[in-house]
Amino acid sequence: MNSTATMVLKRLGLGFLTLIVISILIFVGVEALPGDLAEAVLGQNALPETVAAFRKELKLDLAPHVRYVSWLGDFLKGDFGNSLANGRPIIDLIGWRFANTIFLAATAAVIAVPISIILGILAALYRNTLFDRIISISTLSAISFPEFFIAYILIFLLSVQVVVFPSISNINDQMNFWEKIYAIALPCITLTMVVTAHMMRQTRAAIINILASPFIEMAHLKGLKRLRIIVLHAFPNALSPVINVVALNLAYLIVGVVIIEVVFVYPGLGQLLVDSVSKRDIPVVQASGLVFAATYVGLNLAADVFSIISNPRLRNPK
Amino acid sequence: MAFFKLIRQSPLSARIGLIIILINILAAILAPVITPYSETEIVADVWAPNSIDNLLGTDNLGRDLLTRLLYGARNTIAIAIATTILSFLTGTIFGFFAATLGGWVDQVLSRIIDIMMAFPTLIFALMVLSVVGTSISALIAVIALLDSTRVYRLSRAVAMDIGVMEFVEAARLRGEKIWWLMRHEILPNAMPPLVAEFGLRFCFVFLFIAALSFLGLGIKPPAADWGGMVRENAGAITFGITTPLWPAGAIAFLTVGVNLIVDWFLRLASGLKD
Repeated sequence: MNSTATMVLKRLGLGFLTLIVISILIFVGVEALPGDLAEAVLGQNALPETVAAFRKELKLDLAPHVRYVSWLGDFLKGDFGNSLANGRPIIDLIGWRFANTIFLAATAAVIAVPISIILGILAALYRNTLFDRIISISTLSAISFPEFFIAYILIFLLSVQVVVFPSISNINDQMNFWEKIYAIALPCITLTMVVTAHMMRQTRAAIINILASPFIEMAHLKGLKRLRIIVLHAFPNALSPVINVVALNLAYLIVGVVIIEVVFVYPGLGQLLVDSVSKRDIPVVQASGLVFAATYVGLNLAADVFSIISNPRLRNPK
Repeated sequence: MAFFKLIRQSPLSARIGLIIILINILAAILAPVITPYSETEIVADVWAPNSIDNLLGTDNLGRDLLTRLLYGARNTIAIAIATTILSFLTGTIFGFFAATLGGWVDQVLSRIIDIMMAFPTLIFALMVLSVVGTSISALIAVIALLDSTRVYRLSRAVAMDIGVMEFVEAARLRGEKIWWLMRHEILPNAMPPLVAEFGLRFCFVFLFIAALSFLGLGIKPPAADWGGMVRENAGAITFGITTPLWPAGAIAFLTVGVNLIVDWFLRLASGLKD
């Protein structure tokens, strides 16, 4: 138990450090802008007074490390500053959009995780059969397809040829849960397909890896029943890699959602990020980038912590 | 001749992959010969249906879709290959260096790479492009940098394994310099896994550029590029016009082809017979 706790603590510390470095990178990235933010936003031939006022407003006249600390401090308090494009507080732009993004990603995850684990395990157990072949060919092509290709095929089939689902996923607070689910059906199916393909391949590989290890062969040689081997010998050891696969793919899902949101004009954080990048609304890009990165790092961290905890070899220290 | 022998022994899936890649390369090279129109020439109505003059119809400005697809192959594939090569050069050089030198060089490089890999690539690219602006050179540099982290990991691991072999030790004792070691001892032995990785990285880079172009942050119009073409024609889909599916399908087609080859290579390299 002691070694497990130390490993978990170490990993948490590393994750925290990563977040700090990422926040510094995001901050320094803007520092590295040729000229500075004021010139980039106001243009080369802005009046000196305008530039000075703008610099004052964004605290650009202070030293970089002072600004970094106050920026991070404000950020942790939930004060993300104001958007350059429309002057609104960034927290108002980000908050509900992030909730929408999480809603979409979570719905896709709830469908994708059980499907891919079950199919992945089956493909590993019935390796080299027709079933396995079909699974591996279809997952290979799903991985090769860009997300928007799958999305537009689904739109073409399910909202143009046969009108089942809306092609634009607009949701708002007036809708109840099921109306929202109906509205996000297509982006949800797209995400599920993409992430299931990845997860299934990785689950299959993890299970095959375990079935090939010597202790499983030993169990076979002892003459144990197949079901007993799978449930009592393979499963506890497979848990750790499978949990890892799931958490990694959830991290992928959070980020992969960006393109899907653009395709379906879904009011999520990814859509906002892309818009702000093309408008060069840098404070919004910084804030939403940091939110995405923190979620991603957090899920990766969770993946590692869970796989440390669920590893039976670490649970019983010698 | 060894090449033809390899092809003769290849499974059907790998041959299909090879044919797909050949079709794409031919389309890219022969684009001006195949089509009578130029890349940005407006030839008919907006989103005209397919006819003898425009085999796949026209796009959102009335340009011939087939012509745009062929020229798109040129731009998209060329940029993806350039990016992959750049990412490979950076990744393998640093990876080999870290593995052969070891010590603090390895530690520093590996920790930097760890942090870069902890950052979601698409978000990283979007943030960098928002700061430096979207030009083709920025696009290539940013994606190559992000992608080289994966190449670094692999080439470092492979070079670590090779570095402890007797023949490398012998060369070291002979007093060979680090460059010579990397070039003559490690590189030839690291080739098989690196070739398979090149295919995988190409797929990743290619899809990544397509995604950025689709988001309007990649290759700039009027140059034809598959991701951008999907974006320009996306509105047509709700009228039941299949125009955006063609460039999107072209991206999928090439990626499937490369993946089929990679799959075969990985199986060859690992020696598995499943």
